[in-house]
Amino acid sequence: MGFLSGESMFGGYGGADILQGCSIGVEKGEIAVVVGPNGAGKSTAMKAMFGMLSLREGSVELDGREISDLPPQERVTLGMGFVPQNANVFTSMTVQENLEMGAFIRRDDFSATMEQVFSLFPVLAEKRAQPAGELSGGQRQQVAVGRALMTQPTVLMLDEPTAGVSPIVMDELFDRIIEIAKTGIAILMVEQNARQALGIADRGFVLVQGQNRYSDTGAALLADPKVRKAFLGG
Amino acid sequence: MSPNLRTVVLFAAMAALLIAVGVIQSVHVALAIFNLCLISAIMTLGVNIQWGYAGLFNAGVMGFAALGGLAAVVVSFPPVPLAWAVGGPRAILGVATGVLAVGLAILTWKKMRGSRRFRGWSAAAVAFAGIVVMRLVIDPAVEAIEAVEPAKTGFLGGLGLPIMLSWVAGGALAALAAWAIGKIALGLRSDYLAIATLGISEIIIYFLKNEEWMARGVKNVNGLPRPVPYEIDLQQTLWVQELAVRLDFNVVELSSIIVKLSYASLFLVVLAVIFWFSQRALKSPWGRMMRAIRDNEIAAGAMGKDVTWRHLQVFVLGSAVIGLAGAMLTTLDGIFTPASYQPLRFTFLIWVMVIVGGSGNNLGSILGGFVIWFFWIEAEPIGLALIELLTLGMAQDSALRLHLIENAAHTRLATMGVVLLLVLRFSPRGLIPERSK
Amino acid sequence: MPMTDILNALVLLSNFVLVPGLAYGSQLALGALGVTMVYAVLRFSNFAHGETMSFGAMVTILMTWVLQERGVGFGPLPTALLALPIGILGTVLVCLVFDRFVYRYYRRQKAPPVTYLIVSVGILFILSGVVRFVIGPQDRVFADGERFILKARAFKELTGLDQGLAIKTTQGVTVVTAVIIVALLFWFLNRTRTGKSMRAYSDNEDLALLSGISPARVVAITWIITGALAAIAGTLYGLDKGYKPFTYLGLVLPIFAAAIVGGVGNPLGAIAGGFVIALSELLLTFAYKRVIAYLTPGDWIPDGLVQLLATDYKLAVSFVILVIVLLVKPTGIFSGKTL
Repeated sequence: MGFLSGESMFGGYGGADILQGCSIGVEKGEIAVVVGPNGAGKSTAMKAMFGMLSLREGSVELDGREISDLPPQERVTLGMGFVPQNANVFTSMTVQENLEMGAFIRRDDFSATMEQVFSLFPVLAEKRAQPAGELSGGQRQQVAVGRALMTQPTVLMLDEPTAGVSPIVMDELFDRIIEIAKTGIAILMVEQNARQALGIADRGFVLVQGQNRYSDTGAALLADPKVRKAFLGG
Repeated sequence: MSPNLRTVVLFAAMAALLIAVGVIQSVHVALAIFNLCLISAIMTLGVNIQWGYAGLFNAGVMGFAALGGLAAVVVSFPPVPLAWAVGGPRAILGVATGVLAVGLAILTWKKMRGSRRFRGWSAAAVAFAGIVVMRLVIDPAVEAIEAVEPAKTGFLGGLGLPIMLSWVAGGALAALAAWAIGKIALGLRSDYLAIATLGISEIIIYFLKNEEWMARGVKNVNGLPRPVPYEIDLQQTLWVQELAVRLDFNVVELSSIIVKLSYASLFLVVLAVIFWFSQRALKSPWGRMMRAIRDNEIAAGAMGKDVTWRHLQVFVLGSAVIGLAGAMLTTLDGIFTPASYQPLRFTFLIWVMVIVGGSGNNLGSILGGFVIWFFWIEAEPIGLALIELLTLGMAQDSALRLHLIENAAHTRLATMGVVLLLVLRFSPRGLIPERSK
Repeated sequence: MPMTDILNALVLLSNFVLVPGLAYGSQLALGALGVTMVYAVLRFSNFAHGETMSFGAMVTILMTWVLQERGVGFGPLPTALLALPIGILGTVLVCLVFDRFVYRYYRRQKAPPVTYLIVSVGILFILSGVVRFVIGPQDRVFADGERFILKARAFKELTGLDQGLAIKTTQGVTVVTAVIIVALLFWFLNRTRTGKSMRAYSDNEDLALLSGISPARVVAITWIITGALAAIAGTLYGLDKGYKPFTYLGLVLPIFAAAIVGGVGNPLGAIAGGFVIALSELLLTFAYKRVIAYLTPGDWIPDGLVQLLATDYKLAVSFVILVIVLLVKPTGIFSGKTL
């Protein structure tokens, strides 16, 4: 189903299953967006694919290899990057130190990667010596994404990256994400701002109650009147 | 085995241990241990009220026990008229000034809510000025009082009332202190509450050790009156002498035993009363609510329960019981020794009793008090015997052997630690666990 | 008032407040650093830290005796400094053993902070007993070498002032050692990959795990640092004030006061707090009689000692400061982790 794919996933946080057999996938260089109403299981599906909760049924594959039983740290070494929704930076550490920690598992010289991150997010280069906790919401998100990019992942997963940021910042963030995808990284994104997210998506998944409702290209979903009516406010 | 049977067996085992000590060592030792076990049990009940009912970690047990002891002095010691004459009223005025100063400082803090920057410094300035004024008022009085026969008294003395009244007074004094401390410190998180209560209890002990005009400080107050007869008097009475002949006991020994048994019966009555009240409280709607708050404070708060007020109630009640036990202890000793209130012996040892006995269960607290106190005392002879055994191979007067035997007593500290850790790990609910309702 | 009077007053203050305050402040700072590191990484208040310091000092003293018996000295400096590495080693081992066999279980259980506190009380008991059993409860003076770096009389001769300033070797050693250790610690935490990973783990545990930082390694290094700090602080304190196992339990409160006042979980705060507490204790219990006499014109000498609180209340000062900080600004001066 893709470079990274989760097939027929059933699972939850211990009690009842939140995921009811949904499937999600993304190809290299592609942007895949998961949208849906609250409680649909979007974040849960993402966390399951990253290994932060176990699947009762179903599987997760990366580049053809089954990774369903691997813990998150190992998936990071295999090239997966994850940007959590909350508490996604080390607030007491500087921007530069945050990036250094992002590259913690790397034993080689990662200064080139850091320069890449700085050229992607110029504002971070300016504020490299400032504690991340002092930055604005949008800038913090940039640090969070930059941190995840330091391992040179092949897949980048973002959990509601534009939650709580202003529209301008959201546009900027989405521009950056497009740029990242252009470098060949597969991007899987859960988003609440469905309309704007689908606008940049190559692939879109609409989840309802833990199951796939609609799956198509982003543009097609945006144009679909049923989808528009139900989730995009007409 | 069923919980009830288990409880009976444990208590029976405890009784057997005490009897064994009576037979192997002596009746006196066994009775002495028994009396302190009773007092420890009451203290543990007090701490359990705070921990078991509400999850509050009070690391200031020794402070409240000391306040109980102070009450014993203040209530029962006869007043020293000369000291009162030269400085009594002024001393009281001084204390009042001090309290007023602190109160004013707190008021300043609260009233200056608006200007955050200056209220800290303003309150500090008020407190500072208040302390200076207090010193000016109280210093001459203190000097005068302490100059009155310093070897014998040098303090104000007490009220000259029967000492058993001090048990109630001790509880009341501790309750008052707990109310003040609780209002200040109960908002803090658990380990910060522990540090704060530890600190405050140290301040209380410092105060008692220093303010000689109150309770002679480190010179101690001895010769406190008793609720039970003196051995000497008993030895003169007819029925005691006849009993001694009939039981084939030494009269002196018998008198000592009778005294200890008298204390024991008094303490047993108090223990029974406290236990009965604690059980009633535990099973009452109030008790259930307390435990509901303990188990889920956030939910309880959301349901509109005033958590802080409930915590304060529990803190005050538990401390009152601790103060009561403290007064009883000083009564038993007949001496008030501020320096004897050590965190290790009081606060931390009582905590071991609570944990080992079974937190949240009153019978568990009593058992914990008995078991731990017993082993605390008996660890010394047992440890000594063990060391002697281990060093059998060494030369009789080797420095190492002598050193080991001399310090054998300290192994009981390590033993207590190991017991606590083992119980926490393998039997965290204690010997007699809390009954889930 | 003449210059000499002002200088005399300054020397008086330095001799009885500043110099002892710097030494005691350094000892508290080192102790508070140990406590604050455990709090920052392992997230509990370690009541056993005082006894850990006592244990560290004990091992150092035993080794010092061995060295002294063999005629090994350190010139004007205390021989104990040579023995200190052994003390550090012993303390670190004990800390690691306790972590492996006691604390680790509770980390896996995700126990609440109060449980760790009670556990640390158990460890406190054990260390207390072991130390008293091994070395005995009595006073031990083990400082040797030159007693004074600067003698009062020499100072008076040098400056011609009435008041003398004396600096004990142990005080000088304390301050110098503290400065070196603090510098090392800050270099480690801010300039090395491992040190930064510890700060990251303390800042945001989940994100640190996500970044591949190994919790076992962070925990082990924390105990190593804390154990070393405890041994050093305990030894320095014992050198300066004489070693008596009993006193170390009483140090727990000033140390926690220092850590909390400075901002618990923040190493800079621990150091600042240490000096704040030490200097406050001395300033608030000092008898200002002579200083005021020097600073006022003419020959007027105040009645009484002009002492705000009796000397015995020294430790009470730190407790009062601690309680006030807990109530007023629990995050402390440098805003550490709060309740």
